[in-house]
Amino acid sequence: MAARAYLSGGRIGAGLEELSALRARIMARLSEAGAATVEPETLIAADLLLDLYGEDIRARAYILSDPVEGELALRPDFTVPVARIHMAGGATPARYAYEGLVWRRQAPGSTRPTEYLQAGIEMIGGADPAAEDAEVFTLIEAALEGAAVMPITGDLSIIFAAIAALDTIEPRRAALRRHIWRPARFQELLDRYAAPAAPSAERAHLLSQSPAGREAAIRAAGRFVGARAEAEILARLDALAEDAAAPPLSAGQKSTLEAVLAVKGRSDEALKRLEAFGLAPMRPALNAMKRRMEALEARGVDAAALPFDAAFGRGLEYYDGFVFEFRGAKPGLPPLGGGGRYDALTAILGGGGGAPAVGGIVRPEALLASAS
Amino acid sequence: MTVRLGLPSKGRLQEASVAWLAARGVMVERADEGREYAGRVTGVEGVGLSLLSAAEIPGELAAGRIHLGVTGEDLVQETIPGWATKIDLGQKLGFGHADLVVAVPAVWIDVETLHDLDAAAAAFRRAHGRRLRIATKYHSLARAFLRARGVADYQLVDSQGATEATALHRTAEAIIDITSSGETLRANHLKLLKDGLILASEARLCRSLTAPLSAADEAALAQLRAKLGL
Repeated sequence: MAARAYLSGGRIGAGLEELSALRARIMARLSEAGAATVEPETLIAADLLLDLYGEDIRARAYILSDPVEGELALRPDFTVPVARIHMAGGATPARYAYEGLVWRRQAPGSTRPTEYLQAGIEMIGGADPAAEDAEVFTLIEAALEGAAVMPITGDLSIIFAAIAALDTIEPRRAALRRHIWRPARFQELLDRYAAPAAPSAERAHLLSQSPAGREAAIRAAGRFVGARAEAEILARLDALAEDAAAPPLSAGQKSTLEAVLAVKGRSDEALKRLEAFGLAPMRPALNAMKRRMEALEARGVDAAALPFDAAFGRGLEYYDGFVFEFRGAKPGLPPLGGGGRYDALTAILGGGGGAPAVGGIVRPEALLASAS
Repeated sequence: MTVRLGLPSKGRLQEASVAWLAARGVMVERADEGREYAGRVTGVEGVGLSLLSAAEIPGELAAGRIHLGVTGEDLVQETIPGWATKIDLGQKLGFGHADLVVAVPAVWIDVETLHDLDAAAAAFRRAHGRRLRIATKYHSLARAFLRARGVADYQLVDSQGATEATALHRTAEAIIDITSSGETLRANHLKLLKDGLILASEARLCRSLTAPLSAADEAALAQLRAKLGL
């Protein structure tokens, strides 16, 4: 008999009954929080996911090819299809609960399952982000039914704010924002801005040219192939010249950003350390963190002691605010639950008109396995 | 049982493989003057010949249906997930050189490196509302390389032949393909990126790590390897 994710049974008999009962309890709990049950499609147009995640999604999701419908993806999570249903339906504030299978490709030799259950909630369009962050956190924690877990939290808006505080040219800030979710590349950019390498002789010559000289150099280089036009090449040369003329990022600026990313510990101490940087552009994000901690306290969470890691959440591209995870004690299991805020994703799905959004999931099979 | 040796069934790779083996006293004799895909190995006992499409040899090695096989490192790495646990790449044979590279239009005078390509891709997406297209048939190697180097906002488009011409035909902006001299790239108005070498591949005498071996096979394989100087 085929095993389920993380379970030796669960496909028939008592094992299935136990799992089904757990799934029903989770859904009941999420419904009590005012969430409408939603059942998104299993096959998602691959274009949508490719547009959101790029080629990386092909390493994560199963992409199927249909001669009629083109490329389809087996849903790798619920957030995107649920948010899309919401944006298509007029986008008034709403809460959705869902549960079902997701499919993920795994690397060769991995023991992680390729098919597993998720049950979760998405709150879209709410007016009080701090309160909703706290509510999702406590809902997911409650859905774990007292399992022994270690929570971890982070907040990507603090990284965005720390980038905004950098005293450098805007294109550099934009490039850093774009690569927040690729930490190695992010660090490479930071190193490059702090200690720019000397340009190649060809580039130095090119950048010394007048606009007419640059156009002549393009003409001399050959004919245009592909869809990238002359104006794009000229615009990039302007950007290169702007970057070459800009002073390097100061050592102090770079180490401050690195120090922000390295903040880790109890939430109250982390907040104090982040405030101590004294960076005005970080004020709103830190105030939001404080309000969230108050909202968590109001729901009975010891928010001051909650572990916080400023670099947590850089692994998944759509989270852009509060992020959290509940890790079980048993080895070999994934986090039993987790979630976060994804305001920008709704804007992309909504064609510009976005909405604040936060969600979280539980992994029912892993939760059951953690108790056995 | 015999030890199965897989060779490409035709082309330059086959000729070079046969010559390489012959120089070490292992003769490949093809039945019916080369029209039939069958033949035998002489000069060593207990070794059978499998003439296969070069592209199938990595899969046969991984599945353990052949013990040894001549193929390109690029094909092994591209087509066999987790290849290192299934195939020992083995001896470099000194022929079949092919570099897997990233190439962009020569007219992109602002793009020298992958860093430039990434910046160009970001601007391209803003300007065109879609991702910059990179044509290739080496999807796994291309994706893994670009991901490791932090290039974003691109999209791979499949090209199973004449990949160098895709930019000319406006079905892609850049390519990832094998090149031996660079001539074809230049003829198609493309240039290499300075740091765009993904893999310097050449033909290898690969060994399956999964193929079962009887005691007699072990002896035959040891004898063959000794003869080939492995």
